[in-house]
Amino acid sequence: MKPPPFAYHAPTTLDEALQLMAEHGYGAKVLAGGQSLIATMNFRLAAPAVLIDLNKIPELSIIQPTAEGGALVGAMTRHVQVEQSELIARTAPLLHATMPHIAHPQIRNRGTFGGSIAHADPAAELPAFLRAVRGQVLAQSRRGQRWIDADDFFIGLFSTALEPDEIVTAVRLPAMPARSGWSMQELSRRHGDFALVAVEALLTLDADGACDDVRLAFCGVGEGPVLATAAAAVLQGQRPTAEVIEAAAAIAASDDVDPHSDVHATSAYRRHLVDVLAKRALTAACARAAGEEV
Amino acid sequence: MSKRYIGQRIKRNEDPALLTGQALFTDDVHLPGMLHVAFVRSDYAHGRIRSIDASYAREMPGVVAVYTAADLGAYWRPGPPLVSPPPVKGAIFNARTQVPLAKDKVRHVGEAIVMIVAESRYIAEDAVEQVFVDIEALPAVVDLEKALAPDAILIHEDLDSNLAAYIFQQKGDYESARAQADVVIKRRLYYDHGIAAAMENRGIVATWDAKTQRLTMWDTTQAPVVIRNGMAAMLGLSESQVRVIAPFIGGGFGPKIMMFYPEEVLLPWASMQLQRPIKWIEDRRENFFATTHERDQIHWAEIALTKEGRVLGFKDEFIHDTGAYDPYGLTVPINSQCTLLGCYDVPNYASEFKVVFTNKTLVTPYRGAGRQHGVFVMERMLDIAARQLGIDRAEIRRRNFIPPDKFPYNNELIYQDFVPLVYDSGNYEPALDKALEMIGYEQFISEEQPRLRAEGRHVGIGVVTYVEGTGIGPYEGARVQVESTGKVNVSTGIGTQGQGHFTSFAQVVADQLGVSPRDVHLVTGDTDQFHWGTGTFASRGAVVAGNAINAAAAAVRRKILAMASRELEAPEEDLELVDGVVRDKKNPEFAIALKDLAAKANPLRGAVRPGTEPGLEATDYFGPERGVTANGVHAMILEVDPETAMIKILKYVAVHDCGTVLNPLIVDGQVQGGIAQGIGNAFYEKIVYDDNGQLLTASFMDYLLPTSMEVPSLDIGHETTPSPLNPLGTKGTGEAGAIPVGPLFAQAVEDALAEYDLEVLEIPLSPNRLFELLQSKNKDA
Repeated sequence: MKPPPFAYHAPTTLDEALQLMAEHGYGAKVLAGGQSLIATMNFRLAAPAVLIDLNKIPELSIIQPTAEGGALVGAMTRHVQVEQSELIARTAPLLHATMPHIAHPQIRNRGTFGGSIAHADPAAELPAFLRAVRGQVLAQSRRGQRWIDADDFFIGLFSTALEPDEIVTAVRLPAMPARSGWSMQELSRRHGDFALVAVEALLTLDADGACDDVRLAFCGVGEGPVLATAAAAVLQGQRPTAEVIEAAAAIAASDDVDPHSDVHATSAYRRHLVDVLAKRALTAACARAAGEEV
Repeated sequence: MSKRYIGQRIKRNEDPALLTGQALFTDDVHLPGMLHVAFVRSDYAHGRIRSIDASYAREMPGVVAVYTAADLGAYWRPGPPLVSPPPVKGAIFNARTQVPLAKDKVRHVGEAIVMIVAESRYIAEDAVEQVFVDIEALPAVVDLEKALAPDAILIHEDLDSNLAAYIFQQKGDYESARAQADVVIKRRLYYDHGIAAAMENRGIVATWDAKTQRLTMWDTTQAPVVIRNGMAAMLGLSESQVRVIAPFIGGGFGPKIMMFYPEEVLLPWASMQLQRPIKWIEDRRENFFATTHERDQIHWAEIALTKEGRVLGFKDEFIHDTGAYDPYGLTVPINSQCTLLGCYDVPNYASEFKVVFTNKTLVTPYRGAGRQHGVFVMERMLDIAARQLGIDRAEIRRRNFIPPDKFPYNNELIYQDFVPLVYDSGNYEPALDKALEMIGYEQFISEEQPRLRAEGRHVGIGVVTYVEGTGIGPYEGARVQVESTGKVNVSTGIGTQGQGHFTSFAQVVADQLGVSPRDVHLVTGDTDQFHWGTGTFASRGAVVAGNAINAAAAAVRRKILAMASRELEAPEEDLELVDGVVRDKKNPEFAIALKDLAAKANPLRGAVRPGTEPGLEATDYFGPERGVTANGVHAMILEVDPETAMIKILKYVAVHDCGTVLNPLIVDGQVQGGIAQGIGNAFYEKIVYDDNGQLLTASFMDYLLPTSMEVPSLDIGHETTPSPLNPLGTKGTGEAGAIPVGPLFAQAVEDALAEYDLEVLEIPLSPNRLFELLQSKNKDA
């Protein structure tokens, strides 16, 4: 389990990194925390000709408030920093609740926020979180920079809207809307494993207590983070009674997801868990939005 | 001999080195000019090798040698059968042993085909990708039952079928017992035991020194002496020319006593060919394919009882998967067959098994070594009987226990040590009572469970028992020497893989010689230090090596007393050995230090008496006539979420009886580690092969070991029923914890989900499998 030969660059500025990306493009892989990439290389499942290591670029490791009341997280910010950030706990409680589910402390010490987003593992929590909250990804290259909405960023299995010369440098999290509630529910085989199924829920209740803008995003049940639009449609404009939530959860399981089978869970079991977790997440999120303690 | 240290919970002598990273493991051996090895392994489970083109690899810079089966010449030969079949009448056994490198045919995924030797492991792995092996794929034999179908493709084409072995054993007359029974229950049960997944993978460093004409080999083996003797024979060397060192080893659990692995045969030979040191460290992926597994059995069981729940007879037929070859004989299925009857006085038993070859990695013992399978079958059948007869689960066990006055108890079956299985001693009811008390059985069933169920929670309790035949022969030996420093050296040939031998054996010596265990230095697993012994397996270290060390230390004690008696001019019976001195019990000021005695026993000048042996040293051996039987009871309270099929262990207790306990801290650790592996086996770990014989669970992402988050705190209790078969009264404990966890899980899950009326007849479970069982009940309803 040794990787094949590769060239290694460790730029100390973003400009230098973007220059290297422009030169090597398709043949290059960006090394962030290395928690997925290094294992993949050691298994010889990936054999990049060039590694561009971002670990020596300090400006990519930041957590800042935004003018809109949200947060900006630099791509090289370690999971542990996000987990322990008071700003995140205050402005992005759903993210705060999500972080402990990401692997183990050892992995969270090395793994990075941007790395997880760019890797786009369909079983990972952060891509689903980012879709639930309508986050945006900052992609930079020598050609310039652009903000990509999470809904447009994740395009398939381990694939994103990034161009070969682009690097994810930051992620922008909007402020929590007024009268909103959230919930994160996950089931995994062992503590710290990739989710069999996890759901990130964010919704708003209007003045009459009816659901508005329901964002229910799943991981582990598709080729990327799956946004449950059919379930959201069931809830839209409805007061979230137990019956309505049950109906929405059932639609999420039947219409929104198309889970795969693997050695840990069959498609049928995953679909069943989508139903159970959607119900739990919607119930908790609605309660939070209504100002109840959860 | 006083028992000052035996039985004490003292911290381990070896831990400072282990915990500070100072202990030597095989991969820590770095020699100048050392070469590195990687293997080209089969991607196919079954196929014919048409051709091998290694020409590109041979020309790569940094590649030193490339060997195929053809390149080995006369050195290529199948491995020797390691364990011969037991002497059972009517037994069938077809020995087909593993080969160093596949020739003509591959029989499991991961079988080694080509060995690459290079200046670094990186280069060696690059070269692996440049070897092209053309294999004509054959259908893979994966399913146990289909393996014996008349049209099944043959794995070993010189045989008539894929049958590797057949054994029938019985005691009493099952059919007449059945005729008298009030109730007869039949079930098909499936038990799959996963892989050991030791923290340290296998590894070998071999170096041939032409100047001294000696081969030195560091090997992660549980049996260094046997490896030395075998290597000498294979390489045409004398045994004294080969030194095998089994240094610290990060877990053995059985697979590291498979002999000989292809890599063990190849590395020393290549070192002699190339005249350079050579290293191979198995990586984790290889470990899944190339280190032996334990795996599945299918049982068709039948139990015959009176309506009071007394077992009159038991009948069992099973199929056992041995993988592509069967060098380890029938140890695993024999253990299943012989352990099934457990703690119970069952007068009539008929059991037959078939062993089948499949296109999978070889099966050899892994902690428990087939005992799990037998215990699962009996415990599950008792649970089903208890439910059917309306008898409490603990009570049906109590009613069938072998009473204490029936020991020694002869089960009449030929055991893995080739002699009839006779339980030496045991007292089962106190262990059950203690476990029930520790878990709060009565209170849970009468109060807590109804209360929690009323709250909508699904909680269940389980209680199971087991015996473990341990401490089998043939023998171990040891040399004990008091140095002129006053320190004590002990050498033994048994290997060590984390069992605490450096401490528990030191405690035995310390009590014999009146020294501190910290002053006893143990060498184990270096054949230059001691070259007699068989190895660490079958929970035999404390029993066989422990008693050998005790015997050698007792012999040294006799020498000390005789010599001190002369020096102090006092009769031996008046002397005692305390704190490193020999002294007169009545006049403690009349004393001589052991170090001074040791110096006097090895004079530099002057005459000694005829027949005198120098030094305070003795070598002795212990060979038990048969094994000794440990036992225990485990109980657990578990909660299931029927919506998600996820489980949570709320409480776990284990009561264990391994006779005299040398060090309770170490025994607790053994039991805990075993239970952790048992929990993995019951709910997390599963080896999955697809229909083509491809292993789908070849990484820790897919093969799920329980972590500290999944293993709860355990309460461990001890009962002590010393064995009459050895002076220390010890019984083995290494495997015990792992054995009964499967049926315990099954029982507790059934109880937690009582309203669903499930019957769990298989292990491992998983959330997915529980979901399926629950769904089938929902559909029934």
